Amino acid sequence: MSDWRYRLAEHHGTLLAIGIFVVMFAVYTSNHPAGLTANVVQTAANKGVLLAFVAMAQALVVITAGIDLSVGMTFVLTNCLASWLVVGSPLETTFGVVVVLAVGLLCGAVNGAIVIYGRLQPIVATIATGAIYFGIALMLRPFPGGGVNEDLADALTGRLFGFVPASLVTLGAVVLLVWVPFSRSVYGRAAYAAGSSEVAAYMSGVPIRRAKFMAYSLSGLLAAVGGLFLTFFTYTGEAAYASGNAYTLFSIAAVVLGGVSLFGGKGSVIGAIFGALAFRTIGDLLFVFDFDPLWQPLFQGVVLLVAVSLGAFALFRVRNRLDWFA
Amino acid sequence: MTDTTSDPARRFPSFLRRADPAVLTAFVCIALLLVFGSLYSTSFLSPEYLLQQLKVASFLGVIATGMMIVILLGQIDLSVPWVVSAGAMMACAAAAYGTAGVALAIPFGVLCGVAIGLVNGIGVAYLRIPSMIITLATNAVAQGLMVVYTGGFSPQDSAPEAMRWLATGFLLPGVPNAVLIWAIVGAAAVFLLTRTTFGRSVYAIGNRERAAYLSGIDTRRVVLIAFAISGGLSAFGGVLLAGYASKAAQSMGDAYLLPAIAAVVLGGTSILGGRGSYLGTVAGVILITLLQSILSVMQMPEAGRQVIYGVVIVAMLLLYGRAPASR
Repeated sequence: MSDWRYRLAEHHGTLLAIGIFVVMFAVYTSNHPAGLTANVVQTAANKGVLLAFVAMAQALVVITAGIDLSVGMTFVLTNCLASWLVVGSPLETTFGVVVVLAVGLLCGAVNGAIVIYGRLQPIVATIATGAIYFGIALMLRPFPGGGVNEDLADALTGRLFGFVPASLVTLGAVVLLVWVPFSRSVYGRAAYAAGSSEVAAYMSGVPIRRAKFMAYSLSGLLAAVGGLFLTFFTYTGEAAYASGNAYTLFSIAAVVLGGVSLFGGKGSVIGAIFGALAFRTIGDLLFVFDFDPLWQPLFQGVVLLVAVSLGAFALFRVRNRLDWFA
Repeated sequence: MTDTTSDPARRFPSFLRRADPAVLTAFVCIALLLVFGSLYSTSFLSPEYLLQQLKVASFLGVIATGMMIVILLGQIDLSVPWVVSAGAMMACAAAAYGTAGVALAIPFGVLCGVAIGLVNGIGVAYLRIPSMIITLATNAVAQGLMVVYTGGFSPQDSAPEAMRWLATGFLLPGVPNAVLIWAIVGAAAVFLLTRTTFGRSVYAIGNRERAAYLSGIDTRRVVLIAFAISGGLSAFGGVLLAGYASKAAQSMGDAYLLPAIAAVVLGGTSILGGRGSYLGTVAGVILITLLQSILSVMQMPEAGRQVIYGVVIVAMLLLYGRAPASR
């Protein structure tokens, strides 16, 4: 028996997310007055990658059956930090980027340590650490301001060879450097195993604690990449509470749209990326169809509500009512 | 029967456990904060100041009551921010429609909260969506609805006289109405949790929903009602806040989600559900309010307050909120 059915079943959510995105993006570009030009793609890519990075961060944690409600605040914190550090000569800029990424990794590691070794519920623990991260961000930037190395910013938000958005290339590079090695390592498998059934994974001698800790830490790192990119787009740092909250919320929506199960063990970061791009395209669709921008938050909320309710279809497959309470 | 009761207190529901360490710790912390505050400023122990703190605490107290019932189920309600705002805005909006509107303003605001709570409850109880996800989603929808309704600005309607009286008036001389309302809501919550089938079911579901279901409790209905109560109380808190500030504002609820969860958890209610007493929540609410007040008296900036909040919650959770070690 060939194994393509199993592979298809495994990547079913991811493929669905890619399909949704392609359809939505096709509708968007065919209705856009300028059509499918390099400019339109670049703008869409630049808007999409921010959420894509945060959604990747969220997906890593969700795969282990956890949740990170501080991911948006890590994003805001690293944005504020980058607006101080990613400036000046190439050497200083490099140093700044490394420090920002390290701080992101540290934020994730703190979450991981509290949740895994402190044995706290991820929801409450990450709400609390999110408050801490936001407080630090506010200390760094009580008022919006700061700057960024504009050469680097323009290079990473511009186009390569005239038509490939550099932000998408960076996104691809991050996937290759972070997600591919992690998911193929023992720890990546262990993260899936822990999300799928923690007891069974533990009994099989899988290193679940270290795997979950790595997932949380890498999640902080990816959120920091997102924070860096936010600085590259805006040229400033701003400790915006509403924006941090919105990114946390949208990252969950993107993860769900991307076919990552909130109960853990299913889906992939690739799916979350396409979920994020699709979620961003919703806003663009409203724009090309001339909806009042005031309706956008409501529309996004409804999409989120519908997306999370879709998971309820699994209930129809439940044979034993006691499985409701699993 | 003899050796298994090494900790006899564990056999009783926690409201009977007079010496719940979490509640005691919370009260000790309150006493310490008061002593610390009185060293800083002598007016800290004056009755006026304390009564003022109690009045400020009562808004949080009403909201935390609903949160506590949901947390006792082992669930969480993250839709508090925009349910608070929606309750306040809808009550103020209703008041703009003549005398009938003024008369129905408060019930209408609370009903809007109950409606959002019902959506949460249906999602959690019947569709089995994790509560933190569905409540985040309804929070987003409530926000979207309010943005569409107000056009993105703070609404112009002001709070009617009845709402202001409810929040700032004095029915009994010397006791602000808000405190009185918190006392009534609290007494009702204690009665509901300890003296009714519903309350006992809440504790049972929080301990093990499967077992509660097998013993004949309609667990889904109980969860639905609990979320509706939480939504209604959040909206009622918003109504009181609007009365206090005499108008509703866009993001008035943002400052209540974390404190409400913190108050419940600091009061010794297990975040995993099934354990906790209302007395603890009262202590948690007062503790949080005093902490806020002292930090603002010391002119601590918002940034520092957020950090201290987060650290206090994580520290207290590490003290008693940990999951069992064995898997």
